[in-house]
Amino acid sequence: MMHPVLKRWGLPLILILIFPLTIVLPATGLINPYIDLVLKYIGINIILTISLNLVNGYMGEFSVGHAGFMAIGAYVSSLLTVLVFPDQAGPFLFPVALLAGGAIAGLAGLGIAIPSFRTRGDYLAIVTLAFNMIIKSVLENLDIIGGPRGFLGMDKLTTLWWVYLWVIAVVFLARNFVFSNFGRGVLSIREDEIASGLVGVNTRQVKVLTFVFSAFLAGIAGGLFAHELQFINPRSFTILKSTEMLVMVYLGGIGSLGGSILGATVFTLILEGLRTVLQQLGISQEWRLVVAPLMLILLMLFRPRGIMGLREFPFLMPRSERPEALLEHKRRFIAAQAEKGGGS
Amino acid sequence: MQFYIQQILNALQVGSVYALIALGYTMVYGILTMINFAHGDIFMVSTYLAFFTSTLLLSIAAGLPPLFTFVFTLLTAMFGTALLAVLIERLAYKPLRTAPRISAVITALGVGLFLENFMVAFKPVGPAPRFLPPLIPQINYDLGGVTVSTIQIVIILVSGLVMFLLDTIVRRTMVGMAMRAISWDKFTVPLMGVPVDRIISLTFALGASIAAVGGTLYGMAYTIDPYMGIRIGWWAFISAVVGGIGNIRGAMLGGFILGFVEIFTPVFLPSTYRDFIAFSLLLLLLIFRPTGILGRPAPQKV
Repeated sequence: MMHPVLKRWGLPLILILIFPLTIVLPATGLINPYIDLVLKYIGINIILTISLNLVNGYMGEFSVGHAGFMAIGAYVSSLLTVLVFPDQAGPFLFPVALLAGGAIAGLAGLGIAIPSFRTRGDYLAIVTLAFNMIIKSVLENLDIIGGPRGFLGMDKLTTLWWVYLWVIAVVFLARNFVFSNFGRGVLSIREDEIASGLVGVNTRQVKVLTFVFSAFLAGIAGGLFAHELQFINPRSFTILKSTEMLVMVYLGGIGSLGGSILGATVFTLILEGLRTVLQQLGISQEWRLVVAPLMLILLMLFRPRGIMGLREFPFLMPRSERPEALLEHKRRFIAAQAEKGGGS
Repeated sequence: MQFYIQQILNALQVGSVYALIALGYTMVYGILTMINFAHGDIFMVSTYLAFFTSTLLLSIAAGLPPLFTFVFTLLTAMFGTALLAVLIERLAYKPLRTAPRISAVITALGVGLFLENFMVAFKPVGPAPRFLPPLIPQINYDLGGVTVSTIQIVIILVSGLVMFLLDTIVRRTMVGMAMRAISWDKFTVPLMGVPVDRIISLTFALGASIAAVGGTLYGMAYTIDPYMGIRIGWWAFISAVVGGIGNIRGAMLGGFILGFVEIFTPVFLPSTYRDFIAFSLLLLLLIFRPTGILGRPAPQKV
């Protein structure tokens, strides 16, 4: 049996203890730059997967254009750090730039969500796809920010510890969002939109706000991505990127934060692992791009629930939702019933 | 004046290719209410089938009459593409027919990207753009300042013929009646003895072979590459939505509208704005008239 103090504070303690490692390990060269890079990608992909999972998994709607929101976050935050913020203040204002990127992406999400949730379900897929294409097309036509050549000049502000902090913040926010009263509304829309409207969920509002929150998170991930690569161009944010997000969501499992974390991690590791394997076998790296779509097809056919669809790790749930708390609640309820029965 | 007539001819040429591909989107949507996002890439595969058939044919027997090479290439591409589409339908879509509708759409996206990236990685195809060998002799006629090429005439005539044939099949034959019946009520129709699975496969085969006609004609006029299915496929999809997805004549109308958008955008704006205009058109239409020009609104059932 775990000590109660450990049980209450174990997870925060572990997370705090890991934090110094994320600064020390890359700085001292104990993990090489490549592993550092892969870890950062995993973190960014976790944020993206959670973002898309909110819409596609928890809410049961279907967005295929999240790379567009990512692009907005990437471009806005990069423009801020390169052109607006003074050079020395860059590292300190980095979170501000990311939040601004996320906010603009969220605004774009609002613009997409309001009209598209008025119409039928599968139209959101078309609208988000169209949005993704429009964003790419606009970025290619804006010569001030590089046009098709892309935009560069960002400092390498995305460090491992920043990614680590953002991932924890996003998981925490998403958990509170999903398990809140509002989150119940989101889940009820997935199960039956008309019925949830009948029991008093403001479905329109819930859908729009969830979509905006999701777009905001995708924008933050885009900012982190841009300041890692230090170079972005419109082609980084095509439908292929959106498909990768879909694969991660469905690999990990819909409607699950733990699934999002696992899905993003496993997918990133598979793609990076393939790089080495193909190199060893002397096969062209182009075959890597075949893997993500193939995985998506096979997943849909053979395991549409993903690794842990609709299930959750207990440590990612609020205390009152965990299995043991529910059991305890049931036990008390039965005891109370027995007592009442005995009295009458 | 000649300039505009010339542009209208070009728009008809491009538009008929879009219309042919849009038909495949609209037929599958009509019968399964599923957006077959892989259709643009099936079109891409068909142009490569046409490319390899014609190259092979011309290399082993050079002196064949052009009509024979053209028809043979066209039929081979149609047959091969139809086979591929039925294969995809049976392997990837059919098992998901009872799953949530969105699963099949995701799978279709996956199939499309798979075809693209497979063709890039597959050595005999590769990422480099290619030309089809000349299937018919190209002669340019000058009609009072307007240039008309034989290729242009063939594209417009053949697509017109194919569209007419398809419209007849859907409206006048038993198979067409079965298709319309399935799109009307999926649950009652099997009780009437209609072989639903076979009709659905046939729809995919028909849609793909029409796309292959478009693919062969497109390959005769432009360069081909493994990623062309994205742009052409999207434009064709927009055509289908503009005309009213699920509506056959709507898809044809939408194809020509998009052809005009493509040709007339560069007259007023830099040509890099083409995609922007097309997708903005799609967005506006979805907001103000989500059922398209010829579509009927479907009531929501509880």
